[in-house]
Amino acid sequence: MCLYILHIAPVLFWLFNAGHSLGDLDGIPIAVKDNFSTSGIETTCASNMLKGCVPPYNATVVQKLLDQGAILMGKTNLDEFAMGSGSTDGVFGPVKNPWSYSKQYREKRKQKPHGEKEDSNWLITGGSSGGSAAAVAAFTCFAALGSDTGGSTRNPAAHCGVVGFKPSYGLVSRHGLIPLVNSMDVPGILTRCVDDAALVLGVLAGHDPKDSTTVQDPVKPFTLPTLTDVSKLCIGIPKEYLAPELSSEVRSFWSKAADLFESEGAKVIEVSLPHTSYSIVCYHVLCTSEVASNMARFDGLEYGHRCDIDVSTEAMYAATRREGFNDVVRGRILSGNFFLLKENYENYFIKAQKVRRLIANDFVNVFNSGVDVLLTPTTLSEAVPYLEFIKEDNRTRSAQDDIFTQAVNMAGLPAVSVPVALSNQGLPIGLQFIGRAFRDQQLLTIAKWFEKQVQFPVIQLQELMDDCSSVFEIEKLGSVSLKQ
Amino acid sequence: MAAPMLRWCCLGRRWVLACVDSGSRHGRGAAIGFTSSRKRGQSSVAQQPLITAQKSRKGEHKWAAVVGLEIHAQISSNSKLFSGSQVRFAAPPNSLVSFFDASLPGTLPVLNRRCVEAAVMTGLALSCRINKKSLFDRKHYFYADLPAGYQITQQRLPIAVNGSLAYSVCAGKKPSQVISKTVRIKQIQLEQDSGKSLHDELRSQTLIDLNRAEGQLRVDANISVHHPGEPLGVRTEVKNLNSARFLAKAIDSEIERQIHELENGREILNETRSFDYKLGCTMPMRDKEGKQDYRFMPEPNLPPLLLYDTASLPPGADPQQVINIDWIRERLPDLPSETREKLIQQYGMLPEHSFALLNEVGLLEFFQNVIKETRAEPKKVTSWVLNIFLGFLKQQNLAVNESPVTPTALAELLNLLDRKAISSSAAKQVFEELWRSKGKTPSQIVSEKQLELMQDEEALERVCHTVMEGHPQVVMDMKRGNSRAINKLIGLVRKATLSRADPTVIKEILEKKLSS
Repeated sequence: MCLYILHIAPVLFWLFNAGHSLGDLDGIPIAVKDNFSTSGIETTCASNMLKGCVPPYNATVVQKLLDQGAILMGKTNLDEFAMGSGSTDGVFGPVKNPWSYSKQYREKRKQKPHGEKEDSNWLITGGSSGGSAAAVAAFTCFAALGSDTGGSTRNPAAHCGVVGFKPSYGLVSRHGLIPLVNSMDVPGILTRCVDDAALVLGVLAGHDPKDSTTVQDPVKPFTLPTLTDVSKLCIGIPKEYLAPELSSEVRSFWSKAADLFESEGAKVIEVSLPHTSYSIVCYHVLCTSEVASNMARFDGLEYGHRCDIDVSTEAMYAATRREGFNDVVRGRILSGNFFLLKENYENYFIKAQKVRRLIANDFVNVFNSGVDVLLTPTTLSEAVPYLEFIKEDNRTRSAQDDIFTQAVNMAGLPAVSVPVALSNQGLPIGLQFIGRAFRDQQLLTIAKWFEKQVQFPVIQLQELMDDCSSVFEIEKLGSVSLKQ
Repeated sequence: MAAPMLRWCCLGRRWVLACVDSGSRHGRGAAIGFTSSRKRGQSSVAQQPLITAQKSRKGEHKWAAVVGLEIHAQISSNSKLFSGSQVRFAAPPNSLVSFFDASLPGTLPVLNRRCVEAAVMTGLALSCRINKKSLFDRKHYFYADLPAGYQITQQRLPIAVNGSLAYSVCAGKKPSQVISKTVRIKQIQLEQDSGKSLHDELRSQTLIDLNRAEGQLRVDANISVHHPGEPLGVRTEVKNLNSARFLAKAIDSEIERQIHELENGREILNETRSFDYKLGCTMPMRDKEGKQDYRFMPEPNLPPLLLYDTASLPPGADPQQVINIDWIRERLPDLPSETREKLIQQYGMLPEHSFALLNEVGLLEFFQNVIKETRAEPKKVTSWVLNIFLGFLKQQNLAVNESPVTPTALAELLNLLDRKAISSSAAKQVFEELWRSKGKTPSQIVSEKQLELMQDEEALERVCHTVMEGHPQVVMDMKRGNSRAINKLIGLVRKATLSRADPTVIKEILEKKLSS
């Protein structure tokens, strides 16, 4: 984890005394994923290419949070350029899941063989917004911004036991979010509870003239109603999401959740999203194509890393990009360029666009048949140890781990991962709700009801706090205090 | 790296790329000449029609050349096409660069409304079909003056298509031998521009200016030759031609070159060439290895551009958010052909004069202002404006708006001439003086130089009498019917009156005297 620990109380005290009334997020500490542009604060996307880069402007969502009085704690770690599902492939190193150090997990692991070093088998956070999820999970902030292109907010939320919300595409501005896939990216919100997510969404949502893909309709501030009666709801369970790789524990919780809704009077039906199996390949083609395009600006000329070679412009480009990007990014650029070649464009890119339309239509059809939300797993299993995770490469992992989340990005729908319960290992399991486009409020209302039912336990990090020095080496770098 | 050298898209992020096909279905088609109102002399580019070069050697059959033009024209607007930054000429390098222009990560394009309106106006003026839905694409290549690594353009579905432009070409030496031709406009598209590269050979480096605010018109020509009836030949592209004169030369020389190559058994390569002004011929451009694949992709940050007309306008639509084609059409100014027709009708002007008036920026307005303030006949005004006024301008390489003579001044001068207060040769003197010294009115100059025509007929008669008496031999010649003699007498009388007598009146008096 790369975070700044803040002493909160003095900050609030100071602000209160100064007579500042700043807004809905007055004095609230927040963290922001390091692929959001922050004025005067280094923004690296966890890449060598942007190490040391300090942007001159704030992303719209960052500005909105600051305008409401939020305190920026720091920029959080991620997979390089948001490519990955583990938050393990950034230049600053991998992100460690706070649950690795939780009492709940450690107690379960006391049965493990001795002689294992305490910290050697720590768990991943999931990704790519792992740093943000960890920041919220470890109580260092109340809310964090992530990004979500194929599940990058929901996935780590599930693994870290926090709420991870992906808004409808077009609801929240992407201006200042360094893009991965422009047609799928959205800023994501990570919080401890659904109410907090709704509050943050209320601050962020709305048209931005600087982002032509945001909708024009005015957005009213959010206050989630407290749902007491779910009997009018129809919950859809997509049958294609019953994947063979799904862990039995997750499957069990999924089933229990469905039963819960049914027992409370909701209609729970099986639905079909027939093109689900094509989704991952379609996503891969479109994602890498846009990546190849978006990464073209990183040439060492205007900003960012520039190599030492100056024999020719071409040589400079090549060396700069080789040095600046990790092999995950380079791999995607190469793939993407292949798909965009004139001779391949029709067969790959256009085809994928058509399949994307079919996938989006699957959702439309299901929602048109009377379903209010879909209920699915978020991840295949609980968080795995880092050493196990890295046995497969980034591409393989991404393909596996995005299975329940990326179709949502292709359809531009809102979705939220809500922590449900702890696994046998004492690790969080989350479930996902998917809503209709621009019915974010309805989605969160249902999620809030569900959250109240399941009463997910609070992470117990007390041991950790007491034992700070042995585990958190990074903290020697200093804790930032805003004491004036 | 096979990127074209100085980018083939125009400077300024507000360029309209128009494609015109000059009479063939070959290749990409050509462009329209669209004037940037700031620069003088940027009148409509004369397009090359389908030309036939005859080669009668060894009984060869004819060659036909096919030419398509791509013209890049800058839209006159306050800010750039996709970013809010300003446009200003001659600003210091990199002083008008927004975050988006520098392609800082996370920045997004926002379409400039004025540019869209300008593109629609252009399309309407060229009789195009305006596409109610048009799309933006990314065209990728790496070059130092293209910070994003791609250019935003309209490749799949541009804003206007299938237009035409009627124009006139001088068929012979006489100005009246003008024939009318039509050229097809394939499409008009909005696109972004790249920056400017300045090559510093001394230090082996290239400097980049991302302002992109130069008001230039650039043309690329696509040229091929073939025998009529046979398939079209391989085409070459000649880039970055900046003037109509060089465009014509470049095309001619390239056609010649291609014919020459083919007749000598060689092949034409599909390549990019540049025009060497000094040598007067085209040369292959360096840096071009193989064909460039631009990997076109839809621009995901710009939704489809939707335009409406009065019939399709959604009710309650915010006028700030929509563009109505009909509204723009109603506000189009007179097109040149209409203006010329009006001039011919209203003033009895010759067609070639109407062309000349419209072909110089600001000249028509100047002419109309003079007409307003003078009683002189339109034909007189036309003649003065086109011959004398324009002549002075050209001689000193000035634009109409740089002229030291105002329409008011010229009008006043023509009034003096009209009521015969001065002779026409005097008028020319006055004009010269007006040109040289600012602030003086024609009347002032006339009185300073004492150029008033003699109004006193009796005095003039006396002078004529004196001259006749002084040159009896000439009078004798005159009586004998020698026409040169009378001219000599007229000249003498004029000299005697210090050019203040109207030659016509002198002639009348002399003839009267002779016959009496």
